[in-house]
Amino acid sequence: MAMQGKAVRVTTYFNEMFQDGEVRIPYSRLEGWTKRMPDALRHMKQAEAEALFRRIGITFAVYGEGGDPDRLIPFDMFPRVFTAAEWARLERGIKQRARALNAFLVDVYGRGEIVRAGRIPAHLVYRNAAFEKSVVGFVPPKGVYSHIVGIDLVRTGADEFFVLEDNCRTPSGVSYMLENREIMMRMFPDLFRENRIEPVDNYPLLLRRTLASVAPAKCKGDPTIVILTPGHFNSAYYEHSFLADLMGVELVEGQDLFVEGEYVWMRTTEGPKRVDVIYRRIDDAYIDPLCFRPDSMLGVPGLMDVYRSGGVNICSCPGAGVADDKAVYTFVPEMIRFYLGEEPILNNVPTWQCAKEDDRKYVLENLKDLVVKEVHGSGGYGMLVGPKSTRDQIERFHARISEDPGNYIAQPTLALSTTPTFVDEGIAPRHVDLRPYCLVGERVELVPGGLTRVALTEGSLVVNSSQGGGVKDTWVLAE
Amino acid sequence: MLSRTADNLFWIARYMERAETMARLLEVGARISLLPSVHGYRSEWDSLLQASGTADGFDRKYAEPVARNIESYLFFDHDNPSSVASCLRQARENGRIVRTALTTQVWDALNTAFQELKQLERQPRSELELTQLTDWVTRHAAMVRGSIGATLLRNDGYDFLNLGYCLERADATARLLDVKYYVLLPRVEFVGSGLDNYQWMTLLRALSLHRAFHWTYAGEITARKIADFLILNPQSPRSLVTSVEGINHALHRLGRAYGRETVAQVRGRQLNDMLERVTVEDIFDEGMHEFLTRFIGDVATLGYHVWESYLTGDVR
Repeated sequence: MAMQGKAVRVTTYFNEMFQDGEVRIPYSRLEGWTKRMPDALRHMKQAEAEALFRRIGITFAVYGEGGDPDRLIPFDMFPRVFTAAEWARLERGIKQRARALNAFLVDVYGRGEIVRAGRIPAHLVYRNAAFEKSVVGFVPPKGVYSHIVGIDLVRTGADEFFVLEDNCRTPSGVSYMLENREIMMRMFPDLFRENRIEPVDNYPLLLRRTLASVAPAKCKGDPTIVILTPGHFNSAYYEHSFLADLMGVELVEGQDLFVEGEYVWMRTTEGPKRVDVIYRRIDDAYIDPLCFRPDSMLGVPGLMDVYRSGGVNICSCPGAGVADDKAVYTFVPEMIRFYLGEEPILNNVPTWQCAKEDDRKYVLENLKDLVVKEVHGSGGYGMLVGPKSTRDQIERFHARISEDPGNYIAQPTLALSTTPTFVDEGIAPRHVDLRPYCLVGERVELVPGGLTRVALTEGSLVVNSSQGGGVKDTWVLAE
Repeated sequence: MLSRTADNLFWIARYMERAETMARLLEVGARISLLPSVHGYRSEWDSLLQASGTADGFDRKYAEPVARNIESYLFFDHDNPSSVASCLRQARENGRIVRTALTTQVWDALNTAFQELKQLERQPRSELELTQLTDWVTRHAAMVRGSIGATLLRNDGYDFLNLGYCLERADATARLLDVKYYVLLPRVEFVGSGLDNYQWMTLLRALSLHRAFHWTYAGEITARKIADFLILNPQSPRSLVTSVEGINHALHRLGRAYGRETVAQVRGRQLNDMLERVTVEDIFDEGMHEFLTRFIGDVATLGYHVWESYLTGDVR
């Protein structure tokens, strides 16, 4: 997720636990909890949590970094809390966004009304690398392209949330949401008696129901669902097997599936068994070597033909990525207005497009306060963080933007909220973000919670697990 | 059940059993080598390599079949796919792939063996006694087997694990017996000698069966009694007939659960019938080595049919 380099404005960050020197209501009971917990007990609990994670086998590997392949993601025991009212608004905003993104996908692979109406430039859609020509004209079951939408949010004030990016392909991390809760409940049952916390553990059930609801037309009766994984060397393999286990579906690799006639089959001990819905955790490019990358060993030859003829559904559908592109992101509020006739409940981070003359003028005048990004850049390369840059660097960017304005966008530096976090010295504020997982099938569902990632290094805004980020349990309090 | 899952379970069992066999083979070798060497018969270490089917790999890597090299090769060497270390790693990796088909207890047992192995590998070899190593292997193999027996659902996955265990054990017992009978004692005049008896005792010890043998057959150790015990006696936990019974039990359950018989069931029953009909006299008439070689071949064929019928997912 693109959190790298979001600049730090050295003003006051919104601290989710305190406001005007008072403890905010959702955190009120946690204050006593921390006071009752001496350091020794805390260290013991921390060690216990780690042992539980290791025993369960939740580890993650970072590609290309070497080191211990069975590394643990750091877990912070201090929960992050939302009130029912805060969540109600987030929920409406997230579901609204997920609906609009799906409407957009069906539209751009169909008549392209939004482009004809001039609400989004054609080249951003049709020239986009993620635009999948092979599914043009195809409408997937129930008109849903992206069945699991991960929306990354940051908070900057009591009522201020911004969407950082959308993930319409295969957002990961939901196993942490579930396991973090599991471990907290095991270690601190009292906390759950004192606070009324909405449960998240029906997520696998909802996911299964969502996938079943988008079974293809040719499927009669109870659909057979599978999860398609690249295999046990993948860093998210644990999550794949975890979800398969909790949903009670098979976890398959490409080699376990084959195409015969109009259907996809899996190899079982009782002979071939028909598969109706594939929740794939591999990228578009690897799904079908006959249609995409011919060197892919992970996919299933012929899968796309079966998909397009309604013999199987692939979740998320190939081509869904065109909706979560960085350049398309700017237009999501437009999509909400266009398809739903509603005003967006959750805001995008305001973005200036240097291609537009007015925007460019503003950007060039305010470079020292802004974050400037290349449209197609990622991972924090080719960007300028105004408040953290020297006069020299700013001048160089000034020149580059003037030369090729179409290649740059600019955003204000966000003051990400912090939540109390256990650190060596005790408790200290650390920056957090939030990824909820919205399910879209016959219905749109959202479990009350999500994955909170925390930047464990003081002052850092980078929450990525590969760069020292950790995770927290995320609570939504019942009314 | 996914064929690949069944395959992973089948191989967890085979690798665990194979690790144990390797450890037992090493123990046989170590004990026999404690005997004062008798001029004129081949190095017993060399015969171990022959029996475990690892002689070629060993020759490529080491010149001298001396104890230290053989221990390294059979226990620690990752280049040797049948070494204890390779087997334990493979078993654990197969377990990780099908983590959800196993209980926490089974996974714990597999994972603990693997984690301890990593520690052993870091320890200087001079601090490790061979008997400690072999004890360590049999202990962990027993923990994995025990946790399977105590905690796993009795479904088709359980049957594939047992199928793996029994097939591997049938093969292993036949091979161990073959080392003793054919390889260690090439000269007829040794048969019935003190050396011969010592070797039989060692074999029984390595199988943890020497006391069981004495309870079952009082008196002298003879080749016939041993053959009866390790091949034909259904009381003996590692005999060929017991292993084949186990194979057939698992196959029978699979056939019933799936409502379908395959070539594997037919071949399994044929092997069982053969063992029920044959007598010790028949075996000695045919020649022990010839009998065992034929049996090892039959078990391999049965393994092939299991693979073809269940693990490819192609048979309909």
